[in-house]
Amino acid sequence: MEKRLSSPWDRVQAARSAGRPTARAFIEAMLTDFTPLCGDRRFGEDSAVLAGPARLHGKPLMVVGLEKGVDTKDKIAHNFGSAQPEGYRKSLRLMKQAEKFRLPLLCLVDTSGAYCGIGAEERGQGQAIAENLTTLMGLQTPVVSVLIGEGGSGGALALAVADRVWMLENAVYSVISPEGCASILWKDPAKTREAAKSLRLTAEDLRGFGVIERIFPEEPGLFAQLAGALEETFAELSRLETADLLEARYLKYRKLGAGIT
Amino acid sequence: MSIFKKGLFKRPNVPLESQEGAPEAALPEDGLWLRCGRCKSMLLSAELAQNAQVCPKCGAHFHLGARQRIAGIVDQGSFQELFADVAAGDPLDFPGYGAKLEKARRQSGEIEAVVCGRARIQDRPLALFAMDPGFMMGSMGCAVGEKIARLFEFALEQRLPVLGFTVSGGARMQEGILSLMQMAKVSGAVRRFGEAGLLYVCVLTDPTTGGVTASFAMEADVTLAEPGALIGFAGPRVIEQTIRQRLPQGFQTAEFLLEKGFVDRIVDRRAQREEIGRLLRLYGEADAWKKG
Repeated sequence: MEKRLSSPWDRVQAARSAGRPTARAFIEAMLTDFTPLCGDRRFGEDSAVLAGPARLHGKPLMVVGLEKGVDTKDKIAHNFGSAQPEGYRKSLRLMKQAEKFRLPLLCLVDTSGAYCGIGAEERGQGQAIAENLTTLMGLQTPVVSVLIGEGGSGGALALAVADRVWMLENAVYSVISPEGCASILWKDPAKTREAAKSLRLTAEDLRGFGVIERIFPEEPGLFAQLAGALEETFAELSRLETADLLEARYLKYRKLGAGIT
Repeated sequence: MSIFKKGLFKRPNVPLESQEGAPEAALPEDGLWLRCGRCKSMLLSAELAQNAQVCPKCGAHFHLGARQRIAGIVDQGSFQELFADVAAGDPLDFPGYGAKLEKARRQSGEIEAVVCGRARIQDRPLALFAMDPGFMMGSMGCAVGEKIARLFEFALEQRLPVLGFTVSGGARMQEGILSLMQMAKVSGAVRRFGEAGLLYVCVLTDPTTGGVTASFAMEADVTLAEPGALIGFAGPRVIEQTIRQRLPQGFQTAEFLLEKGFVDRIVDRRAQREEIGRLLRLYGEADAWKKG
């Protein structure tokens, strides 16, 4: 039995760890013929989003990933995985291509959150994310999102409205960072660990809530296991009638938080 | 060197509330009198209530409770509330949340941060939701998402237009990831509603931020905003702390969003009933062409 990280704060640190594979590593290990495409055709290119067509076990699909970068220079080039509105609009453009060409869509999510700055607000960060949400809700092709590291709030959700949402064992997914929660709610940065626990952001927590379906252990053979699961799932989802696929996707989200009176 | 230090590394020390265009409050002087937070005029609270909580001297729009807002915009006696009993639980068993909810309920007299229903405006039927700034500053948890999703489903079934008023600090962090999921849930309902050719008008009021901005506040066919309202994805304080510089005057105001192309029209609260009535007729009478 390998050592498993126990505390939620350990998970947060693991999810952010510098040595962790980023979206590019998953693409290189699982896919072939990856052809990255650029630009949102509205404003510019955003390298925080790494996306384009590729093959999974020989079959074509569209992959859209949030890429944090690996060394300092690379991280700066990818803006540490925090997308600007143009990054979400670039992903939107390729999601619509996936629909047009009947390619399944694979999203790889790893971001501390959507970029927060003057330009991002000027160009409508909120509107860009919102448009991804409505588009993914009705996108007429199978969608699987895998949270491979950090799932930071709306910036992660913009690529994670999917038929299946999966998480790596040490990935985290939260409405706010533990630091943000501790400082806003308790005005006390020292309570970050407690916030990490209270936010229930681990893969097991999220599976318990029905937000994700499956957890992939971080052990040798992970890439092959994930690739196998993706192939099987895309094949299964591709056999469904589009109307049934979309109805099931809608109901999956519709029931979250509906059990209240 | 000192400029470098100031610009890049020093945290902002001037509170944003002092900025022009940022949210102001009507500050209570005593029970009867208030002072306008913008023009500093002394106002009678009764005078302010009669003027839809808009300063009669300078036009500053103060926060307005959901029920007052609805009462001021719909045809008298036409409002029928829907889903009134939908209430938040404490799905994460989050420290202190239960007590906070209790306090919000006691202070606001509401069960949750949004009021939904059907009504008429200038005799045209519609479904509407109004978020409440008095309930945890309109924060969006499961109950808020559930009520708004149900409203869009109801309006789709009844083929009614939807009018929304947003005011929100964003997703309710005490409900964690389930709050975030409400953005997806409501967006799905808005999409289905829109695909049926039905009209959604949203009025953004002060403040509209975070997860609400990144979902149903930005998904309307026609997006209106109240003058001076703060509207944004990230809150101004978070941005200032991230980029370590002061934000320009008027940043993230309704006027700024209009200029950047994210809002259709800025409409004074006192003119909204007329404006919305006109929009409902313009978008609801396409059949006129078939009738010749």
